[in-house]
Amino acid sequence: MPPTVKVMRRPEGVRTSFLRATLKGMALTFKHMVNPNKITVQYPEERMEITPRWRGTHRMETHADGRPKCVACGLCPTVCPSNCIRLVGGEDDQGNRYPIVYEIDEFRCIFCGMCQEVCPVEAIHVGVHYENAEYTRDRFVYDLDRLMEQDHPTSLLWDPSDPKSE
Amino acid sequence: MSEQTLFLIEKSIIVLAVFGGVMLVVALTTLVERRVAGFIQDRYGPNRVGPFGILQPAADGLKNFLKEETMPAAAAQPYFWLGPVISLAPALVTFAVVPFAAPLPIGGRVVEMIVADVPIGILYILALSSLGVYGVVMGGWASNNKYSFLGGLRASAQMVSYEVALGLAIVVVLLMAGNVTLTEMVWQQQQLNFWFAFPISLAFILFVISAFAETNRTPFDMPEAESELVAGFHTEYSGMKYAMYPMGEYAHLVTSSALMATLFFGGWDIPFWTGDDAFRYGDMWISGFAADGTPIEASLAWWKTFLTFGAFAAKTYFFVIFYIWVRWTIPRFRYDQIMQLGWKIMLPVALAYVMVVAGTILALDQLGVGYGFTFGLVLTVVSAICTGLFLLVLDRGRNLSGAHSKAQKRFASERKALTADSGD
Repeated sequence: MPPTVKVMRRPEGVRTSFLRATLKGMALTFKHMVNPNKITVQYPEERMEITPRWRGTHRMETHADGRPKCVACGLCPTVCPSNCIRLVGGEDDQGNRYPIVYEIDEFRCIFCGMCQEVCPVEAIHVGVHYENAEYTRDRFVYDLDRLMEQDHPTSLLWDPSDPKSE
Repeated sequence: MSEQTLFLIEKSIIVLAVFGGVMLVVALTTLVERRVAGFIQDRYGPNRVGPFGILQPAADGLKNFLKEETMPAAAAQPYFWLGPVISLAPALVTFAVVPFAAPLPIGGRVVEMIVADVPIGILYILALSSLGVYGVVMGGWASNNKYSFLGGLRASAQMVSYEVALGLAIVVVLLMAGNVTLTEMVWQQQQLNFWFAFPISLAFILFVISAFAETNRTPFDMPEAESELVAGFHTEYSGMKYAMYPMGEYAHLVTSSALMATLFFGGWDIPFWTGDDAFRYGDMWISGFAADGTPIEASLAWWKTFLTFGAFAAKTYFFVIFYIWVRWTIPRFRYDQIMQLGWKIMLPVALAYVMVVAGTILALDQLGVGYGFTFGLVLTVVSAICTGLFLLVLDRGRNLSGAHSKAQKRFASERKALTADSGD
């Protein structure tokens, strides 16, 4: 059997009046032109509301006395899929473990939020925040002090009213 | 001061004012285009630089001046440089013969609000406006790039196709006005008490369509056609040389809008008011003729000049907005559709319409109907019928139709053939 081309026919619809279609189009664009409700968000003045489940810039929770809540258990660097957390743990004379170095490379981070999920003491969090432009690349490696300074709300990760995110 | 010095001073001021004014409007139009495009798409468009973004054109200009210009290695240099200039200059020069306001009486003199009231008015416009396309063709060819080349080719083909219909539409206007100077055309429209858009409506429609094609605006922007030809004729251009192409395009836009306003919408005439009528008749300025044929002296005043200038600006800018509105509504034609529309529709229709109008005017003359209200009314009716027929023919889905109606036609004939075969 020789190869054949199957010709798909266009559906037979009603005949279009091109004049009417053009005028209709013009009317539509005019309606949008004079429509005062524009969808643009005038960014620096107005901002879009982001959901409480947003996973953005990290922050480290602190105790009341200003120490980080982190106990340097090493779970977050272990679970981190993009390997962006550097943690060097230490121990003080009472045997409490604390992070000597805690760095997150926000460039490597994929904002999966697993560090927050895995943290046993709810110390590291991803935050509801997205404006983290910097002038140099090295500013994107957040050290412990910087992580503790962040003051944006932390991510809920899941919506309490919809825990299975259905 | 001698008459000559005064004339020189007065004309220099007008030239500078018109040139500056047109350039300002061109700059403003680039902004208006982007803002209207934004509004149509439910956005705001550029509104950051200055109040309402009014300084955006200045920022764009500065940016374009500071940008690096690239010169394609294989480009034909002199023509590559000449292209943008040639596309911009004719559009500005064309404005010289467009009267933009009623004459201004100043210090015992009457200053005509026009750069040069040359006796060949419309012919000058026809000669120069089509020069603009040479800039496009030259730029496209000199770039030595296949896309630019195709863009230039298309521009020339399109110009040839639509210049004919444009010229014939203007012939109809000439039949009405009986003269080629634009000042006289404005005067005739004031005398007729009809703007030419009504007694010769079909010519107006043909003129608008051709003007769209002449200015290379969507839906006729085949030379640019960014979806097929990268950026068409200005693919290789950058920096200020590139900026001169859009400037040329907008200058053409403004000029052809001014032409539409002048030829078909009474120029600076204010509707329903005869107080602004003025025309140079020999040595005096007249506003009309008395019943016995004696001229009536016109009353000129500076505020009338300003009012009529306002009317002219409003009419012109209405068409500019219309251009922009159409651009952001209608998608680009296919190339063969453009050629079909140009040669198979516009040309014969324009030819036939010239004959119809000429016949009607001749008949009216023979019947002794003078140039006046009845004259205009009869022509309006005749033209309305012609326009109706034209739109009907256009709308039968033969020419501007997409593949859909063509397929329908094919299926219909196939079905006919099938039923014929089945032997009934």
